Amino acid sequence: MIPPAFTYRRASSADEAIALAAEYGDDAKYLAGGHSLLPLMKLRFAAPSVLIDLGRLPELSYIRDERTYVAIGALTRHHDVQHSPVLAAQIPLLAHTAGRVGDPQIRHRGTIGGSVAHGDAASDLPAALLALDATFVARGPSGTRSVQAAGFFKGIFETDLEPGELLTEIQVPKPAVPAAWSFQKFTKRAIDWAIVGVAVQGHAIALINMGTTPLRATAAEAALASGASIADAAALAAEGTSAGSDIHATKAFREHLARVLVKRALEEAGARS
Amino acid sequence: MSILGTRVIRTEDPRLLTAGGIYVDDLREPELDGAARATFVRSTVAHALITGIDTSAALEQPGVIAVLTAADMTDLPPPPPAGEFDPDAPAVEGPLPLGGVWSEPLLAVDRVRFVGEPVAIVLTDSTYQGEDAAELVSVDYEQLPAVPSIEAALAAGSLLFPDAGTNVCQKGGQDTSDESIFDGCEVVVEGDIVNQRVACLPMEGRSTAAAFSGGKLTVWASTQNAQLSRLILTAIGLPPDAIRVVAPDVGGGFGAKIGVDRESIIVAWAAKHTGRPVRWVETRNENLLAMTQGRAQELHIKIGGSRDGHIKAYRLNVLQDTGAYARMSGFLPSLTVLMAPGVYDIPAVQADYKVVVTDGTPIAAYRGAGRPEAAATIERAVDWFAAEAGLDPARVRKLNFIKPGQFPFVTKTGAPYDSGEYEAALDKVLAKAGYEELRAEQRRRREAGAARQLGIGLASYVEVTAGDAGAGETCKIDVHSDGTATVYTGSSAHGQGHHTAFAMLVQAELGIPMDKVEVIHGDTDLIPDGVGTYASRSLQLGGSAVQKAALEVKDEAARQAAALFEAAEADVVLDADTGLWQVRGDPDKSLTWAQVASEAEGGTLMANVRFTQAMPTFPFGSQLSLVEVDTETGKVTLLRHVTCDDAGPVLNPVLMEGQRHGGIAQGAAQALCEEVLYDADGNPLTSTLADYGAITAAELPSFELVTSETPTHLNPLGVKGIGEAGTIGATPAVQNAVIDAVSHLGVRHIDMPLTPERVWTAIQSAGLRRHVREASAK
Ligand SMILES: Cc1cc2nc3c(=O)[nH]c(=O)nc-3n(C[C@H](O)[C@H](O)[C@H](O)COP(=O)(O)OP(=O)(O)OC[C@H]3O[C@@H](n4cnc5c(N)ncnc54)[C@H](O)[C@@H]3O)c2cc1C
Repeated sequence: MIPPAFTYRRASSADEAIALAAEYGDDAKYLAGGHSLLPLMKLRFAAPSVLIDLGRLPELSYIRDERTYVAIGALTRHHDVQHSPVLAAQIPLLAHTAGRVGDPQIRHRGTIGGSVAHGDAASDLPAALLALDATFVARGPSGTRSVQAAGFFKGIFETDLEPGELLTEIQVPKPAVPAAWSFQKFTKRAIDWAIVGVAVQGHAIALINMGTTPLRATAAEAALASGASIADAAALAAEGTSAGSDIHATKAFREHLARVLVKRALEEAGARS
Repeated sequence: MSILGTRVIRTEDPRLLTAGGIYVDDLREPELDGAARATFVRSTVAHALITGIDTSAALEQPGVIAVLTAADMTDLPPPPPAGEFDPDAPAVEGPLPLGGVWSEPLLAVDRVRFVGEPVAIVLTDSTYQGEDAAELVSVDYEQLPAVPSIEAALAAGSLLFPDAGTNVCQKGGQDTSDESIFDGCEVVVEGDIVNQRVACLPMEGRSTAAAFSGGKLTVWASTQNAQLSRLILTAIGLPPDAIRVVAPDVGGGFGAKIGVDRESIIVAWAAKHTGRPVRWVETRNENLLAMTQGRAQELHIKIGGSRDGHIKAYRLNVLQDTGAYARMSGFLPSLTVLMAPGVYDIPAVQADYKVVVTDGTPIAAYRGAGRPEAAATIERAVDWFAAEAGLDPARVRKLNFIKPGQFPFVTKTGAPYDSGEYEAALDKVLAKAGYEELRAEQRRRREAGAARQLGIGLASYVEVTAGDAGAGETCKIDVHSDGTATVYTGSSAHGQGHHTAFAMLVQAELGIPMDKVEVIHGDTDLIPDGVGTYASRSLQLGGSAVQKAALEVKDEAARQAAALFEAAEADVVLDADTGLWQVRGDPDKSLTWAQVASEAEGGTLMANVRFTQAMPTFPFGSQLSLVEVDTETGKVTLLRHVTCDDAGPVLNPVLMEGQRHGGIAQGAAQALCEEVLYDADGNPLTSTLADYGAITAAELPSFELVTSETPTHLNPLGVKGIGEAGTIGATPAVQNAVIDAVSHLGVRHIDMPLTPERVWTAIQSAGLRRHVREASAK
């Protein structure tokens, strides 16, 4: 339960963080809230020899209303996303989802950028951002680029970020009907990770823990678009997914849950709007 | 007015909640200056021969003092010869390790039998160095087929102890082959019930510090009994009087800290072997791997009776997984057998048990230790029987309860129940819960075909506390010349509130205010003779001992006071409200405790006693659990939990409620979410708190506690134990509630933990069965 020894470097600006990452190369990892990385290190599943701490970069912690979208700095804590008045009014799905991550301690440490960069299919915020068609802004030694959420999550703990690239901002377009949202998180205990989760915004449906990455329930979305009932669309929720089996649930049960939760989410989103 | 029975706030709490307790890791005793940190190298495989251990790389690490293996333990007394294993030998009496061919080594010798078994100990200057160095100890294993379950143990394809020739290490109970006991039963139910393996999970894991100097070993251990620990520690080759064991603050035990484990013995040996003090504090991960765990039984039941609900016969076969080592041999399942028929007067009862070794963490006592399994099983069986007969489970319970006039009552399995008011306890719970209204609401939801169904679960339990009543408990009281008192108890507080309770008893008997009473426990130099805290024994034995000592001190004081008053001893009285000694009929004259004690020899009045009890006591109660089950997902929400737990007169409701709250939470946890799991190779799947689903406050409602106080005649306080009752009652109440919620769908039984998937699957297969039945009827 103690990580192997590592070198600790604290970055005082985003540019310095990127420069440090370039300097140390593959041995280095960015440290944001540490709530995904440090548990792995304590169990000795990860052993980076250098940690570049982003924790003192206020320049990366903000929530700004940019007319058509809301810009969120990568270092913004879950707690701040949860309590943002801008998000409460414009993108309530995101504020609510942040409030369902772990417990208060975790929400005060964990960051939205860390959650996205970690690329865990069981995380809550990536799925919500996928349903919201967010754009991720990454900065590296060779400049800045933007990646659509739909193309960002590549595989198990694998994202489109290049080694050393820093995720700086998350841009979330304002939904046409902000109230048409629902977030369903199925857990055994209140503090658990989702066994299966569903984030719905309008007719966009994203699934948590139904494959190696957060996924859109494309078959169900297509059915809705062609006029199917909620029940009929929800019956297709598990199409194209590749959920795994573990001590919390079998694949078959996850698929069942996905169908039930998508139905409930669509009904709730419909009732809200 | 006596302080007994009043809500006295725990005197322990200001210190524990503000200044902080002093646990083993916090100790700054001079003897521990420069203590080395111990880190264990633990087996990473479930079952293997050790073909080599290379410590050289670890020894080169900074800060490494020593890396020790079994080969270094040449200065230990040799273990007794193993002898032949006789499978038909009578069961060991009491919770003793089996020994012989089944012996558990200290550090592993040649073979490992579970993931987490200690193989080597690394001593370093600091904790960090320890984990780094331990990782570099290279152990070569020749893997053997794992025995990860009872089923695998019985198949005997792989033997943990080849010299024994079997994985079955104990058998006991009665002959259960007589089928005729079910003759004439109109309703018979037979089935398998799993009482799954769970972790004890105290807030503070195991910890031990040891220092050896001048021929004397001092060991500070997180334990439920310092004196027993001292006895166990003689294994390192020292006589008891060369060992001092101290239990500082202990952050919970739940049975898993009765005495000390092999790790503590190894730490003590390492301190003696190296001459350097050593401290070991386990991590949560280690705790989940290697602290003893609980339950781990598979049970087969058969219950039969008349259509109108009279139970005529009950049969129970217990299979106990004892893990890799038989720490308590057949003790736990023998208690399950003893308590098999529970609160019911069943004309024919047969119960037996078989204990097997597996490649799991060793099993030992966990809050209830063998009795929760009995209660969970009979309470499940009675509900199952009631459902099959189409009768209300409350009614079936009442029909079959042992009646108040039948006490003392000896069950068919030999349990001598002292006293009980079983029906009264159930009635109180039903009234408090509003049973009939709940049933009406349940009917409404069933008729509406609601997705969220209501379940009402009952459990009426009896359990045995102070099982080793004859061992009793010790107490010494000194009243000093300043009027204060010191209580030395052999009992061992680790969260229960002994200091509050025992000081209350002294105040009640002697009129010395609680804040002038110091309670001391858990130091074998001060209290060489003591038994400790487990089996819900502390108030009935330890508390009765305090009262007995107080009465002796009072007699002694009366003699002193009579001399001072120049009055007859019979005329001298103590006013227990004011703590003043007076002469009857002469209110103007009085003496304080300080004045009386000052006149005693050495300025101290003293009494040193042992209280023993003729027999164990049998607390009882009923619990009702109300749950909501989402039939579309199988998710269970615990809505209400109402209990009437009767352990005799209540000394302090605050302490009693604390015991009940924690107990109910742990009982509900077993029913709903907790389970230690292994894969087919014996690898633990729940070795972090992210994977082991310990219950939290968010999963629990506020508990509704009803009072009932039926005294026992076995001790002067009239009290029984309450430490385990909450757990024992809660598990079946919650489990029965969940099954009740879906029984109208055809579900008769679901094994614990009642995870969403299990519940949902049970609903699906019941639906399928109904479908097939209906189709074939057409
Ligand atoms: C007990 C517990 C329960 C939890 N429960 C939940 C839950 O229910 N739902 C949920 O979604 N999450 C949960 N989490 C995870 C939590 O939300 C994490 O905080 C989050 O996933 C990661 O954010 P972080 O800031 O802590 O990232 P870190 O742990 O610091 O980093 C994670 C990874 O991302 C990289 N990284 C971080 N920031 C950047 C960046 N700006 N650019 C590039 N790479 C970066 C790091 O190098 C690292 O590889 C839980 C965590 C714990 C400890």
